[in-house]
Amino acid sequence: MAEHINLKLPRKGYKLFKSKNWMVFAEGVWHNNPIFGMVLGLCSTLAVTNLMANAFVMSIAVTVVLVVNSAVISLIRNLIPDRARMITYMLIVSTIVITVDLFIKILFPKVSSTLGPYVALIITNCIVMGRCEAFAINNTPGLSISDALGAGIGYTFSLMVIAFFRELIGFGSLFGFKVIPDSIPTISLFSVPPGAFFALAIFIFFVNYIKKKYKLEGKH
Amino acid sequence: MINLLVILFASILTSNIALTYFLGMCPFVTISKNMKVAYGMGLAVTFVMVVTAMTNWLINKFILEALGIEFLQFLVFIVTIAAMVQIIEIFIDRYFPALYHAFGIFLPLITVNCAILGISLFMVLRTYGFFETLFFSVGSGLGWLLAIVSIGALRKKMIFSNPLEHFGVTGITAVLAGLMALAFIGFTGIARL
Repeated sequence: MAEHINLKLPRKGYKLFKSKNWMVFAEGVWHNNPIFGMVLGLCSTLAVTNLMANAFVMSIAVTVVLVVNSAVISLIRNLIPDRARMITYMLIVSTIVITVDLFIKILFPKVSSTLGPYVALIITNCIVMGRCEAFAINNTPGLSISDALGAGIGYTFSLMVIAFFRELIGFGSLFGFKVIPDSIPTISLFSVPPGAFFALAIFIFFVNYIKKKYKLEGKH
Repeated sequence: MINLLVILFASILTSNIALTYFLGMCPFVTISKNMKVAYGMGLAVTFVMVVTAMTNWLINKFILEALGIEFLQFLVFIVTIAAMVQIIEIFIDRYFPALYHAFGIFLPLITVNCAILGISLFMVLRTYGFFETLFFSVGSGLGWLLAIVSIGALRKKMIFSNPLEHFGVTGITAVLAGLMALAFIGFTGIARL
């Protein structure tokens, strides 16, 4: 299955912005953003965005898994038998996730206990599988890493924006530091599960709004 | 016994796996357009969830813990799930062809459904015993079925309304799910995990 990359970001100026690596990367961050572009990996997005620290650790974990996984799959792409593709992806992903999970347990023990099973659930995260199947299996390691990095940064961007507003409105703090004085009441709806859905809906609403506006301007 | 019933009702209503833990969100958004399909998917997920949770409990207890290699849990669980899904598919195709046609297409998708793996992971985190795992997986499966069928019904009604266009399909489904999750909070008094 060949991926059709829409190379519609011609930039003038720097050579970097004209390279194929950059285009693949930018495509993943904005047009094919995992959250609002392709709507993948919603489980973790909704679950970990109540606090910025959780969202940050989770984003880094997903980005690392994505990049390492895409690189490995891309390197061995000619050796993988076509029929056993899925199970090969899964074995490689779960090996990487076990390693990342052990690192998180050691580096951030407090965050690790609040994240619970969601780090392990990166194994079944559609973003990782999607990037393997759609890109890494047909492309060189260099391009695959750019593509995975784009998807990872796009995921990080979405998570951090949602977590910023959820923590600010729900707890009045950012990364655990109080920024809103106690005299102003917080809306705890945003820190509980139903609020996650509303926060995601509002985020998608504003992204679509910006996208529409941007496209209208881009027509000239 | 009371403890088992608490686990059952809590996992169906108050700690619903889709609305509280957000597991299995991808099919929740994509498949819930059609209520009949949602129902088939829900049944298939419930069935596979119970079978894989019990298998994983046995493997975890008698192989991984016995050998002291719990760090391989994720790898072993996902392989077990993939294998079990294949076995179930072959078995149903051979003995219940009608059932195979009803949810045959969903079975391969279920391997990558995070709710299935999530149940096995929660079971380990909460150190459930054999019967607790059984009631927990049955309850979670039914809870997921209830959530996806209800959102399918809500989305059917949405055909007649005219939401703000910027929300798109995903946005408006998220709003519906949020309202449903709020309604499920009303069950909090019944049981709690």
